Amino acid sequence: MDLKRVVVTGIGALTPLGKTLDEYWEGLTNGVSGADFIKQFDCSKFKTRFACEVKDFDATTYLDKKEARKIDRFTQFALVVSDQAVKDAGISKENVDVDRVGVIFASGIGGLITFQEEVVNFANGDGTPRFNPFFIPKMILDIAAGQISMRHGFRGPNFAVVSACASSTNAIIDAYDNIRLGKADIILTGGSEAVVSAAGVGGFNAMKALSERNDDPATASRPFDKDRDGFVMGEGAGMLVLESLEHALKRGAKIYCEIAGGGATADAHHITAPHPEGLGAKNVMTAALKDAGLQASDIDYINVHGTSTPLGDIAETKAILSVFGEHAYNLNISSTKSMTGHCLGAAGALEAIACVMSVVHDIVPPTINHFTDDPELDPKLNFTFNKAQKRTVRAALSNTFGFGGHNASVIVKKYS
Amino acid sequence: MSDIAARVKKIIVDKLGVEESEVNPEASFTNDLGADSLDTVELIMEFEKEFNISIPDEQAETITTVGQAVAYLEEHAK
Repeated sequence: MDLKRVVVTGIGALTPLGKTLDEYWEGLTNGVSGADFIKQFDCSKFKTRFACEVKDFDATTYLDKKEARKIDRFTQFALVVSDQAVKDAGISKENVDVDRVGVIFASGIGGLITFQEEVVNFANGDGTPRFNPFFIPKMILDIAAGQISMRHGFRGPNFAVVSACASSTNAIIDAYDNIRLGKADIILTGGSEAVVSAAGVGGFNAMKALSERNDDPATASRPFDKDRDGFVMGEGAGMLVLESLEHALKRGAKIYCEIAGGGATADAHHITAPHPEGLGAKNVMTAALKDAGLQASDIDYINVHGTSTPLGDIAETKAILSVFGEHAYNLNISSTKSMTGHCLGAAGALEAIACVMSVVHDIVPPTINHFTDDPELDPKLNFTFNKAQKRTVRAALSNTFGFGGHNASVIVKKYS
Repeated sequence: MSDIAARVKKIIVDKLGVEESEVNPEASFTNDLGADSLDTVELIMEFEKEFNISIPDEQAETITTVGQAVAYLEEHAK
């Protein structure tokens, strides 16, 4: 059977840099840091006391008070970006068949804040179970996809995808596959994460995964800098509306760009450490290029996973050199996590959106907070340090890697 | 309105997101105030917490209107 072409026709973004797509892209291209001291809980005894939070988020600005109370913060984020994306795509019940509009939406962890609240309440009691009846339906990770379908009445394929920090890239690839196989006309995809809580920060701190640069949060996320000391936790949500090209043309939709292909692999190595030679990362970029039918030389920009951890950044760089060879030196590479922090299960969606906007505007957002070169990294690579760069971006590749050794990459290209 | 009725009304307004004027004694949680099965479970739990009592399930099932809740709590609240 012939595979359908798939395009991006709508975007929604709720991020540490701003609560709309425009604010997000402006923050990215201006090299703004989203990091600040944590406002959501008392972290005075924690090793890390800062994060990239979505600033001044009040769910009742967007949602009915009663509705907002029954859903976790990660689902509140999801509904906000779904409203933005549906509006941006110009979808209405008049111009789509709701039975052929799906939602494939990710999170890395799900309703951790709800889980923590309920268990703490129980632990503080006398052993009598007084769990809130909304505890489970607020916490479960798939509820964001379900809530989005209920809000908009979309009855096509509907599920969640989980692969830790690769989750929303896997969701995008699943959405792409469903559409190109003709199983749906449109799929709302992406991911959401909101775990800036005692359990979230404490848990990642215990793994020594987070930066502890409490004296200067804004420069803590410094991928590829010699003095990087771990990632900065972010939160937020990103959504892309994927649509078959024929459906988009038929309804006269605005087209941002085309999805070229995607790949997924495993390291099969360690629960949290990357393969030292970046084997899984190398394989996943190769798989994505093959799926897209592109040569390495067709790629102009790689939005790397680049979390600012000592080991991860080096392994990923080795993988890029191995896959792209001499062309690696022509690429722009950047880690937008230097600005957004690591939004975990939402990272793939937010970074795919950065790639889409890069392809649309021919601007590569920077890797900010570069102070000292790391002698272990090839100095001929262009990491787009500190300032955005203008260049033609024909196609861009986004890498995401998750605990468990999951790797996923997606490639977007100009639509013509 | 008794103190108990006022406290019950406040909980219902807060949890069900309805207007105070809708919370009259005859109002049914499910038919008039838009509660689903999980909302009604949550309401009972909130009454238990507010009035520091435990409402057995078989009795909770008989509390379906605002007036029934107030009457039950006036009899059982400590």
